[in-house]
Amino acid sequence: MAVSVDEAVSTGPARDHPPPARRLGGRSRSVLEVALLTVLAVVMLFPVLWMIETSIKENRDVYAVPAEFFGFTVTMDHFKDVFVGPDGGRSALSVAFLNSILVAGASTVLATVLGVPAAWAYSRFAVKAKKDQLFFILSTRFMPPVVVVIPIFLMYRQVGLIDTKLGLILIYAAYNLPFTIWMMKGFVDEVPAEYEDAAMLDGYTRLQAFRRFTLPLLVPGIAATAVFALIFSWNEFVFAIFLTSSDSVRTAPPAIAGLIGGTTVDWGLVAAASVVFALPVLVFAYLVRKHLIAGVTLGAVRR
Amino acid sequence: MSDPVPLTTDHPGQLASATPPAPVRSRRLSDRGLAVGFISPALLLLLAMSVFPLLWTLFLSFTDYSATRGGPAHFVGFGNYTAILTSAQVHQRALTTLIYVVGAVTLQTVLGFTIAYLISRRTHGRGVLTTLFLVPMMLSPVVVGLFWRFMLDAQFGVINSMLGSLGLGQVEWLTRQRTALISLIVVDTWQWTPFIMLIALAGLTAIPKYLYEAASIDRASEWFRFRTITLPLVWPLLLIAVLFRAIEAFRLFDLVYILTSGGPGVSTETLSFHVYKVAFLGFNTGTASAYGILMVLVVIVLTQIYLRYLNKLKEG
Repeated sequence: MAVSVDEAVSTGPARDHPPPARRLGGRSRSVLEVALLTVLAVVMLFPVLWMIETSIKENRDVYAVPAEFFGFTVTMDHFKDVFVGPDGGRSALSVAFLNSILVAGASTVLATVLGVPAAWAYSRFAVKAKKDQLFFILSTRFMPPVVVVIPIFLMYRQVGLIDTKLGLILIYAAYNLPFTIWMMKGFVDEVPAEYEDAAMLDGYTRLQAFRRFTLPLLVPGIAATAVFALIFSWNEFVFAIFLTSSDSVRTAPPAIAGLIGGTTVDWGLVAAASVVFALPVLVFAYLVRKHLIAGVTLGAVRR
Repeated sequence: MSDPVPLTTDHPGQLASATPPAPVRSRRLSDRGLAVGFISPALLLLLAMSVFPLLWTLFLSFTDYSATRGGPAHFVGFGNYTAILTSAQVHQRALTTLIYVVGAVTLQTVLGFTIAYLISRRTHGRGVLTTLFLVPMMLSPVVVGLFWRFMLDAQFGVINSMLGSLGLGQVEWLTRQRTALISLIVVDTWQWTPFIMLIALAGLTAIPKYLYEAASIDRASEWFRFRTITLPLVWPLLLIAVLFRAIEAFRLFDLVYILTSGGPGVSTETLSFHVYKVAFLGFNTGTASAYGILMVLVVIVLTQIYLRYLNKLKEG
């Protein structure tokens, strides 16, 4: 019984509202609340809107003082610069985006392939010290990345994984695995074990029962979990910046951050790159909005 | 952790091919075998990528090893630890981190809960509102950091521009000691208020309606209902969110790196950022390792509190 955004929405009208006549000023209070909510919404959304606006402004409008909110010339040049390099070929940013897709995709697949069976086993079998194991698994996810990256850096240097996509894929998979296991265990717990017991009475082995009967029921859960893992890997910055350096390997977050390295910063380009980078995340997050609470708490809270 | 799963090997080279072993072709694979076969690949990856690195860090923390100088590591006992625990620099970073964590998490909690409460009282448009409010949380810290850096720019930043049109003076947000830390707190609050809001909203919508109905039959005042029904019922879940955010804020690195790089001076250097400087700019790997281990200890304590509380909540 996960409380999702949708549920929160559909709980329906007339929850705790006092009848309007009961209290004097109930109406003006309601107006005040709406006003306050509007102000908060504007404050929270303004930076996002400003980013989108900056990405379609011409450079002279970007740096205009005082800032121009309306009536500027719309241009798509910055978006073109994100994908097309100055020489007409592929830009460094577009290579970084491709790398991001590859790294996030592969690490998500790896985390899912390892995590789903483990979650099923933790849910179904009496594993010794199960609770301790599960808490240990989750606590690895809470390690400060800056601390973990020091030994990982030395380790990768030894085995030649520094500045390789494989290195990033492995660390991201390890980073997403605790999340995948916790999230998936919740989904497996919701599928009655009796289905498998019944299948086994019919002569299937436990493994076949899992594959034929439980796994198909888990597909929506697996999809939601994978989407979250994808978002986490896509947004990750700390490992990316310390473990990779060359343009051909670098993922999008360090590449975008690299745009502000020089003396002058092309903020229009930064904004356009940020929009391109953030758009898929927002779309994916919208797709999994039902599971958002479980997702952002690493599968720990689901009520 | 007590690890009952017999692990065949824990060497890092193997993990790329770590998939569940092909089932033994006996008629019935034992449940135990299946559990081991399904769990151990996942644990192997975690051992190789999380536990082994931490043990290595632990070893390095007792040496004077430097990643650039190379050469053999000399054992220095607890030297690194005493150096860090007695360093005035570290104390200052700890204070900065404390101010940042307490400031940001408090602001997020107050704002997030307020927004959730206001949304929960609306009858229309809750879905749209919730979705809109959640946007900042889904953005990468890189995007958030870069963009706020642009908006807070002293010359052409939109924030100063708006202050100017209101007739207020310009503020050098990111280049003054005091305002830089405040800016960091504000940006983190902007990004993570939705997180608290989301969880508080889940708690608020889960409160049974009949409690309020009973209260209104008794003609209880609005404030009384809030204090005796709403707050006590939402509080446990809210505390989970607060603890979670506190751990995350303590670990924070990327936002500092992008927004201020610890500056001006060292006014926004958190512990995470200082570890990075010691490890990757100073290349005192041994010292940085000890530093890291101490941070991990703090995180472990916080995580234990969090997990225990979570466990209690689930069983209760």
